[in-house]
Formats: sequence, C-alpha cells, structure tokens
Amino acid sequence: MDWDWNNAADSIPLLLKGLVVTLELTLLGSLVAYVLGVVFALVRRGGIPVVSQLVYLFVEFVRSTPLLIQVFVLYYLLPPTTGIKMSPFVTGVIALGVHYACYTAEVYRAGIEAVPKGQWEAATALSLPRRRVWTGVILPQAVPRVLPALGNYTISMFKETPLLLAIGVVDVLSSAKAVGAETFRVVEPYTIAGILFLLISYPASIIVRRLERRVGQL
Amino acid sequence: MSEHFRQILSSILEGLNATIWAALGGIALTVVLSFVAGLALLSPVRLVRFVSRLYVEVFRGTSEVVQLFWLYFVLPALVGFKLVPLFAGILVLGLNHGAYGAEIVRGAVNSVPRAQYEGAVALNLTPAQRMFRVLLPQAVVEMLPPFNNLFIQLLKSTALLSFISAGEITERGELLRPVFGSEIVTIYGIELVLYLLLAVVITVIMRALERVGARRLGRTPVKRNLRGKALETAGR
Repeated sequence: MDWDWNNAADSIPLLLKGLVVTLELTLLGSLVAYVLGVVFALVRRGGIPVVSQLVYLFVEFVRSTPLLIQVFVLYYLLPPTTGIKMSPFVTGVIALGVHYACYTAEVYRAGIEAVPKGQWEAATALSLPRRRVWTGVILPQAVPRVLPALGNYTISMFKETPLLLAIGVVDVLSSAKAVGAETFRVVEPYTIAGILFLLISYPASIIVRRLERRVGQL
Repeated sequence: MSEHFRQILSSILEGLNATIWAALGGIALTVVLSFVAGLALLSPVRLVRFVSRLYVEVFRGTSEVVQLFWLYFVLPALVGFKLVPLFAGILVLGLNHGAYGAEIVRGAVNSVPRAQYEGAVALNLTPAQRMFRVLLPQAVVEMLPPFNNLFIQLLKSTALLSFISAGEITERGELLRPVFGSEIVTIYGIELVLYLLLAVVITVIMRALERVGARRLGRTPVKRNLRGKALETAGR
C-alpha cells in the first residue's frame, strides 16, 4: 500500500475541522491551567495549615498518575457519584486544565522565588502597600520568567489532547480514525495528522525557545 | 469496600505485568536513544547533528498518541506485517521519550565546567577518552533528576497503550467497567494507586542512583524533597 494523493486531499478538510477542536481544547485547557495554577501556588504559599497540605498532596497525586485515567474518572465516575454530567469536550478541557495546573503551580512558585530577596526588602523599606509590592515590584519581574515555561506546557498539552478520543472528543486524531474507517485507507489520514501536529508545535517551540533566550538575558 | 473488590483487584493485577514490561522496555530504549541521539547532537560532524536533530524534533513535535496509532495501524499497511501490541508500545514509548532524553544528555554534557574539557585536552586525551572518561561521568550525575521526571512521564504514558490493546492496567480497567458499572470507584482507585506505587518505585531507585553517583564523584549528595527539588537551595 502506498501513498494516495486523492485520499490525502479528501481527508484534509475533515482533519482541519478536527484540528480546530484540538486547538480550542488546548487554548481553553491552558486558560484553566494558568488560572488554577495561580490558585494552587497562592494556597501553597499562604500556608493555611490543612488546606496547603491537601493541595500539595493533590498536586503530587495528579502529577504521578496518567492523564488518561483522570479523564476517565471525570467522565465516568463524576456523573454517578456527584450527579455532574459534562460533555466530552468540557470534560477534556477540565481534565487538561487541572492536570496541567499541577505543573504550572510549580512554575509560578519558582518564578516568584527567583525574584531576589533584596527586591522584597527594598519594597518593604520604601513601605510600599502590599498591593504595590506585587503589582509594581514582584510580578513585573516574575511574569517574564514564567512565560516560556507556561508556553512549553501549552505545547505539551496540545500534543496530549488526542488521548481524549477515548471519551469521544472529535479532534484531529479521531477525525483521522473516522476517515480511515470510511475509506479503508489509514496511511494518509494518520500521517497528515502527525504532520499537522508537527506544523504547529515545532514553530511554537521555536518561539518559546527564543523567549527563553530573551528571558535568560534579563 | 465493595463486594467484588477481590475479583476486580485480581483482574486489574493481570495487567500489571504488561505495564511493568512496557515501562521497563520503554525506559531501556529511552536510555539508549537518549545517549546515542544526545551525543550525536554534540558531534562535530554536521550531518550527524542534523540527523539527530531531525529525530528529536520529529518525535517531540508529533503527538505521542499519533505516533502510537501510526506505528500500530499505518506501518502494517505499508510493510505488510503487524507488530505485537506490547512491542509497538515499547517502541513508541522509547522513541518518543528518547527524543526528550537526548536534550537532557546534551544539556548535561554542556553543563560540565569548561575547565574539565580543557584539562582533558591538556592531558592529551583522545576525543573518545575526553567524553567517556572525563565529561560523561560527571554529566551522568546531573542527568539523573531530569531522567527521573522523564521516566515518570513514560510510566504515565503506558496508559496510552490501552488504545492498541496491549493488555495493561488501564485496558484491564476499561474491560471491567461495563461489567462492574456500580463499582467504578474501586476500579479507578486501584488503577491510580498502582500507578502511584510504580512512580514511587522509580523515584526511589533514581534517588539511590543519584546518591551512588554523587559519592563516586566525591560530592555530598543533595537532599531533596518528594518532588526532587533540592532542599538546601530553596532558601526560604
């Protein structure tokens, strides 16, 4: 069996439609991960006795277990136990978001810690109000350091979304599968799916590497 | 505890073997590919660097799940024979994580102080001696913590092999779900605990290697917390 250009051309529209879903999942999932990561990092930093430890355990647990099973838990376990029923797409966004929030939390923590202690002391010496300390001194220095790492996690997430086909999300890969089932030709759709991933993630990772170099010069 | 706990547990445990083999095989292949591709990235020969860079970028850039589908469903259509699921899985796990490992190896060798390289040149060591007797022994210790993270990622990725029916833990669980629909908590609980335990085993082994490596270099081992963050430098 060799490459069939007609089948390749025919499968592209459907694959592109799937790609849009994949990108939507990645964007929304990243948004959840970025915001929830801040929450996790702040709770950990706040040091509220029991809550802080619970968040720590949760983060470690999520980081050590497969995303696929976490997706299954959200999709199959939540409805009977809590009555919350979500569509595959929403389940995917939340699963990706929560999973990666456990990584971004660490990114934020490291970013804040990388701001030299003298900056805190200087802000205190100037008796800046607490809010100005964050918005005027700490965050402007922490945020640029954090950006490349966040970008890298978004790229990783992008490449992990296809596993959501297990719960019926119609992304690039499951579109490829559908094309394959219909035409009995799997070579073209799967190969094009791989190329689409490469076409997006490779330029994205180059941008992140540039960003890294720039931040490194700070 | 649910009434079918024993039955569910023993059924899922039947998949433990496949998961462990997939993880071990994947790790072995990852280590080999990481060193081959990582050292190739440092080669003075341009073509060698290019080939290695191509491998690294292609396998990091295309999704692991897509690679799995490609190897398992497309390759047979191209070459005419089908791989055993577990073997295909090991191949994808190794090829994918090896691409990430190559960057770890390259970075660690580059992070060895330049004076070490210059010292080796001054002692008139051959390039091979320089790499294998001076630079690598020091770099390997630096590689252990990132490799620990990579191996845990690999362990988590073994769950993807359920897509190609490799008979590992996750697939066993999915086969049980329609049968014991009311006991999903038990099914997923057991699976998650098993993965957690395997992750702890990997971390414990890697920490031990790290201590051995540090001692052989005459350094004091760094104390780390659960996640592998060095405790001394936290400084707060």
